[in-house]
Amino acid sequence: MRRFGGPRMKFGILQFPGSCDEIDALHAARRVADAELLWHGDSDLKGADAIVVPGGFSYGDYLRAGAIARFSPVMESVIEFANAGGPVLGICNGFQVLCEARLLPGALLPNANLRFTFRQVALDVVDGETAFTSACVKGARLSIPAKHSWGRYYANEDTLARMRARGQVVLRYARGENFNGSSDDIAGVRNERGNVFGLMPHPEHAVDELSGSTDGLCLFASMRRTVEDRAACA
Amino acid sequence: MLIRPKAGILDPQGEAVQRALPALGFEGVSHVHVGRMVELDVPDTSQLEPMCEKLLANPLVEDYEIVLADS
Repeated sequence: MRRFGGPRMKFGILQFPGSCDEIDALHAARRVADAELLWHGDSDLKGADAIVVPGGFSYGDYLRAGAIARFSPVMESVIEFANAGGPVLGICNGFQVLCEARLLPGALLPNANLRFTFRQVALDVVDGETAFTSACVKGARLSIPAKHSWGRYYANEDTLARMRARGQVVLRYARGENFNGSSDDIAGVRNERGNVFGLMPHPEHAVDELSGSTDGLCLFASMRRTVEDRAACA
Repeated sequence: MLIRPKAGILDPQGEAVQRALPALGFEGVSHVHVGRMVELDVPDTSQLEPMCEKLLANPLVEDYEIVLADS
């Protein structure tokens, strides 16, 4: 499936001690492009065109989820990559890591119900024109599983107002689906520049009919489109 | 270092503890908050604040307090 005659774009999937969803993320990315695992202790991103920070319990979630992973050698490179405009997707623990790294606004706190919750959730696509949702349809409803105990998105009122004004809220839990108590029903946010995106639900677990939904694929397909469009313009 | 949730941010752990106390006969308890404590020896106490800001606390959602004890 080469386009523009160039090599296929490549996803780099980070792997920390305690990651547990990196293999699913690898398989999901390989449905649309090439993908390779990147070990946390190695700062080399191996020429990846896009980065996925996957779910799990990096460094045992010690101190706070994502707090220690944020200082790993690979994350120092990811921060540089993101600051240079490279696309970075954080899923669940990866979202926590990106918030801890201040690549995304806000923080994730324990679920309001204090329970680990694993369920399929409905998400509304607030913006279908971002680097991460251009292959989705604005207003579409995605069915994607969520599984976490530390997923209550929080940002203070000033930050939330600024995020809304700048269109940084990309995904919201559909009405009645906000089980973790996130501010403003926020499920997925992007940075101001639009090249870093994080969400608590797991698109990599929704790429095969066997698991009930393929709605997660559009996020990976959007990232591929972003990279290829940029290559075509360069 | 004492680290606790910032005032005004929902603290479901504190609320759960507050609800449990009356069941044991401890009436009238309010404003329960659950945080964490980090204990350490340090050669230079001026390191403590940047340590809290960078790693031990998340200043977006947590307040911290530094308590010095004589060794």
